[in-house]
Amino acid sequence: MSTPVLDVRHLAVQIPVADGVLHAVRDVSLTVAPGETLCVVGESGCGKSLTSLAVMGLLPSTARRTAERMSFAGEDLLTITPSRLRALRGNRMAMIFQEPMTSLNPAWTIGDQLTEPFLRHGKGSRRQAVDRAVQLLERVGIAAAGRRLVQYPHELSGGLRQRVMIAMALMCGPDLILADEPTTALDVTIQAEILHLLAELQREMGMGLLLVTHDLGIVARVAHRVAVMYAGEVVESGPTVTVFNDPRHPYTRGLIDCIPIPARSRPGVPLGTIPGLVPNLVGGIEGCAFRERCAFATAPCTRTVPVSHGGDGHAWRCVLPEGVPSLLENPA
Amino acid sequence: MSGEARPILELRNVVKRYSVGRGLFARKRALMAVGGVSLAVQRRQVLGLVGESGCGKSTLAKMVLGLEVPTEGEVLIDGRPIASLGRLERARLVQPVFQDPYSSLNPRKTVASIVGLPLSVHGEGSAAERQGRVEEMLRLVGLAPRHAAAYPSQLSGGQRQRVAIARALILKPQLLICDEPTSALDVSVQAQILNLLMDLQSRLGLTCLFISHNLAVVQMLATRVAVMYLGRVVEEGPTAEVMVHAQHPYSRGLLASVLTPDPSLGLPETGLGSVFPDPLDPPPGCAFHPRCPLAFDRCGVEAPLLLAHRGNARAACHAAERQAMAAA
Repeated sequence: MSTPVLDVRHLAVQIPVADGVLHAVRDVSLTVAPGETLCVVGESGCGKSLTSLAVMGLLPSTARRTAERMSFAGEDLLTITPSRLRALRGNRMAMIFQEPMTSLNPAWTIGDQLTEPFLRHGKGSRRQAVDRAVQLLERVGIAAAGRRLVQYPHELSGGLRQRVMIAMALMCGPDLILADEPTTALDVTIQAEILHLLAELQREMGMGLLLVTHDLGIVARVAHRVAVMYAGEVVESGPTVTVFNDPRHPYTRGLIDCIPIPARSRPGVPLGTIPGLVPNLVGGIEGCAFRERCAFATAPCTRTVPVSHGGDGHAWRCVLPEGVPSLLENPA
Repeated sequence: MSGEARPILELRNVVKRYSVGRGLFARKRALMAVGGVSLAVQRRQVLGLVGESGCGKSTLAKMVLGLEVPTEGEVLIDGRPIASLGRLERARLVQPVFQDPYSSLNPRKTVASIVGLPLSVHGEGSAAERQGRVEEMLRLVGLAPRHAAAYPSQLSGGQRQRVAIARALILKPQLLICDEPTSALDVSVQAQILNLLMDLQSRLGLTCLFISHNLAVVQMLATRVAVMYLGRVVEEGPTAEVMVHAQHPYSRGLLASVLTPDPSLGLPETGLGSVFPDPLDPPPGCAFHPRCPLAFDRCGVEAPLLLAHRGNARAACHAAERQAMAAA
């Protein structure tokens, strides 16, 4: 295998809060190969966004980040100088944020915002930057791209703004894109298109893609590999097909069962749910963090749960030997 | 469609036009947000309204809530024109649940006072009775008694949406308007709220207009579904029929774009393309024809009417009509 474009080992993020230390990310290891899509999936508050921010070095200043290793294309991100990091960010590693409404600068035109990273990283002249911006806007499906450059973010719809965000991330031809819920604010039709576009551009440019989402429907359709996060930990990871066909962690099963499916989910037949709430991560957590919400929890779950491994890189943090059957009955 | 009972909600050829300025000196232009919609919701039924952002579904909801006045046509609640109702009377008949439970609840009020406010505004019962009804309502939406004293900021997104539902139901309205009630929530929380609404629907016999951009979400609750495109209803019918035999290519595109957790399927080809039309300059003929994989010459000239071609569903599509004629 070639050098992974992103290699994270045993990442932890701790944030001091009023009543102690919040263990937001606990022992997370991820790798993304060139041209590969890794989806990090979990509910709000599971630490998935902080994981991507930690990679980009964009954590809030009070947060403490530790890791055994964190490298981008062989370059160590733990010891990197601020200026070198700035030279990588927006250039070779780019981020697409969740909210296109708030992450574009309302006082700058689309054109200025698109060309800024290109010029900032010395990729070429202003003329070249504008040409590339127009070319990428067309690529992401925005008609009359030249006219859009002089518009301000408020003049564009949510779908168009999200496309602008994607075009902006692509301006410098990055090796790695971190996309944090890039389609959550969008209609299902636009979502399908944006994901198509990301997948296509990824194939063309051979980028690694780390996609953060709460929706396993998206994961199933775009990811090569998936990491399911719960309470700051990766509780299950592996090739997408394996994880979906044979989920070993009850949390993964719960996330799969709660998705309504056209013409199969029926009125009056409840969807699967995961009862209870995400645990408080302030202070330490002993044993499996999911056991309070788990229908299969037993005594061993109160102790540290070792990681089990299957074939083809499938790994899970659960004591159940056989995996989890769907709790939904399919009236077949 | 049952003709015997009077529908709880009836829209008669409702039109909403806005006039939009395009720059300081440009002449104002008319934007047709809703272009002649006729729909009815019978008692104890849920009508699911589906479409992309900008299709006019939220404008329609605002007109039903009396927050916007239709340019043409009539909105009837329980047979009475909404324009003839006072504010308080309207609030007793129709109540909303909005998309974002983070901004639709007053951050400085406790859950009990948020849910109880409609009762005191309407002068219902004594303070003790009101408190009893609030407690009962919180239990009904699955909140614990201790949540009564909590502030919205202390609750999760799902709990907040339960508060919004409790507030909407406390006056026992005739009609509930849910405008994208789960779009701001995690998929796992969405499932809880959908289960709650299903449960309330069967227990209380709610009549509901349920708006969403996701057909898979709508089908969980809706007895009938209406699909909107650029201000018009393009397909309407019983949920099962629309889900299984959608006649309009746009409905089929919406269905195809729902991402189910099946890794053997790749990303769907919706066939819709990426060009959403400019609502200020809608295409002639069928507004959908520039994106339609089945479009033929007639579609660019003549707007199709919403007609029954097959079964109990109606579709506004020349291709569906041609198909039905070929099959007959």
